[in-house]
Amino acid sequence: MPNKRSLYEQVILDHNKAPRNFGELPDADRKAEGYNALCGDQFTIFLKMDGDVIDTVQFEGSGCAISKSSASVMTTQLKGKTRSEAEALFQKFHAMITSGFDAELDEAGLGKLMVFSGVREYPVRIKCATLAWHTMLSALHDDDGTVSTE
Amino acid sequence: MTSDLKHSAGATAQLDVDAIRADFPILSLRPHGKPLVYLDNAATGQKPQQVIDATSAFYASQNSNVHRGIHHLSQLATEKYDAARESVCRFINAPDSREVIFTSGNTEALNLVAQSYGGTFLGEGDEVILSQLEHHSNIVPWQMVCERTGAKLRVIPIDDNGDIILDEFEKMLGPKTKFVSLIYVSNALGTINPVKKIIELSHAQGVPVLLDSAQAAPHMPVDVQDLDCDFLTIAPHKMCGPTGIGVLYGKTKHLEAMPPFKGGGDMIISVTFEKTTYNRLPFKFEAGTPNIAGVIGLGAAVEYLSAIGMDRVAAYEAELLEYGKKALREVEGLTFIGTAEERTATFSFTLDSAHPHDIGQILDGEGIAIRAGHHCAQPVMKHFGVPATARASMAFYNTTEEIDALVEGLRKVNEVFA
Repeated sequence: MPNKRSLYEQVILDHNKAPRNFGELPDADRKAEGYNALCGDQFTIFLKMDGDVIDTVQFEGSGCAISKSSASVMTTQLKGKTRSEAEALFQKFHAMITSGFDAELDEAGLGKLMVFSGVREYPVRIKCATLAWHTMLSALHDDDGTVSTE
Repeated sequence: MTSDLKHSAGATAQLDVDAIRADFPILSLRPHGKPLVYLDNAATGQKPQQVIDATSAFYASQNSNVHRGIHHLSQLATEKYDAARESVCRFINAPDSREVIFTSGNTEALNLVAQSYGGTFLGEGDEVILSQLEHHSNIVPWQMVCERTGAKLRVIPIDDNGDIILDEFEKMLGPKTKFVSLIYVSNALGTINPVKKIIELSHAQGVPVLLDSAQAAPHMPVDVQDLDCDFLTIAPHKMCGPTGIGVLYGKTKHLEAMPPFKGGGDMIISVTFEKTTYNRLPFKFEAGTPNIAGVIGLGAAVEYLSAIGMDRVAAYEAELLEYGKKALREVEGLTFIGTAEERTATFSFTLDSAHPHDIGQILDGEGIAIRAGHHCAQPVMKHFGVPATARASMAFYNTTEEIDALVEGLRKVNEVFA
């Protein structure tokens, strides 16, 4: 079995219990809300931009350990990234959790996000892991809309 | 093992749960290397070998269409199909098997009544009363018919135990009330509604009552004559039967007055392009080739349950409820959602340490199947201010040992998320 990770890595449990960058960002210039109607998960992502670069990202809301820790870990990875870099990171993250084991993909700069590779063994939890990301992209595009993973 | 299930009539006779469990091949599975503890019975129930055999025997040696062939197989299939209707009729003590209509499921049965009865007899300003405990399948069909007819929905509120507030029902029941459609047992909480009282009060005002007994019929005797309900729906897959089949019982006077729900073959006596004459009951409401294997499987399911005795099922499950209440109370941080005095052995709860989905995930790793979510009853979740709950729902083949396994599993959840 190649590097199979358990779903609830210590890092995930830690971020679930003590989420980073948690709370409303009063001077955010973009925000979006995301829902998973099936399980009632709900998050708001706040972004403060410096031109095309993400200056600050925060979130608030509630959900399961996977959705909450994914939101938390995501916020630690986006600061200083341009819009297209953030989009590219999501594409890699999404490919990683929806594919089988792929060493090349896994080593392609996902860093800390690799703690979520256990999700690939639990397809029903992919929506949990991607809710915050979809919501962040909506905020980034300033869609001013509501994201639902259902 | 069926012969063993024919217990003597003594009221104190216990269920031979080991013998019953041996009838359910799926219960010997070991998901993730652990014995399966199946506690998701409110979602769907497991099937005994007798039902599996009846269904496969139909396809292996009886398969034919019903009510149309003169050949041997068609007659055999028709006999089996009609016998299943008689079995269901006896199971719910319907006065006449023509009042037993097969649908594609409990949801379709509810839609049938909402559209055919509601669509015909509801008008602008009329009111339909539901409760806050309803499953979405007894909300949305009525919303759809209200939109079309201009009728309005009234909702009986619930208290913090998860009981409907009867006084509020009495207040809203009035000259505008044209129909009451009520869940018999809450799928989300297990609350058993005071349906006889509701029916009595409604009938005093001349208002017909439908009981959605999807979560009642698997757990207790359901007698439509004793209840005096006007309509009753059943979800066979929750009571040992196959999926894809449902039952609607209706009093003849209502069914005769209602237009067909769907058009097609089997529901007609004669068709010309000028005029179609509809078939008699129950066929008027059964357009097209029915789910024959499903009906035959359902027949086997109700015969299986009848052999055990639904009064015994209810008595045994009441013991599981009492045991579970005590055992689960010992789990740190557990809060019951729904604490009605009258309820089935269904435990809806939250844990301080973990979200319901995470509870379900950890338990799955222990071989324990529960449900996490809003249980298609978002108004119930809203009342309790939670987005979701974990729900362990028991059947007559569950045991106190399995409740112990659940408690151990929940302790593990607490450890992981400590």
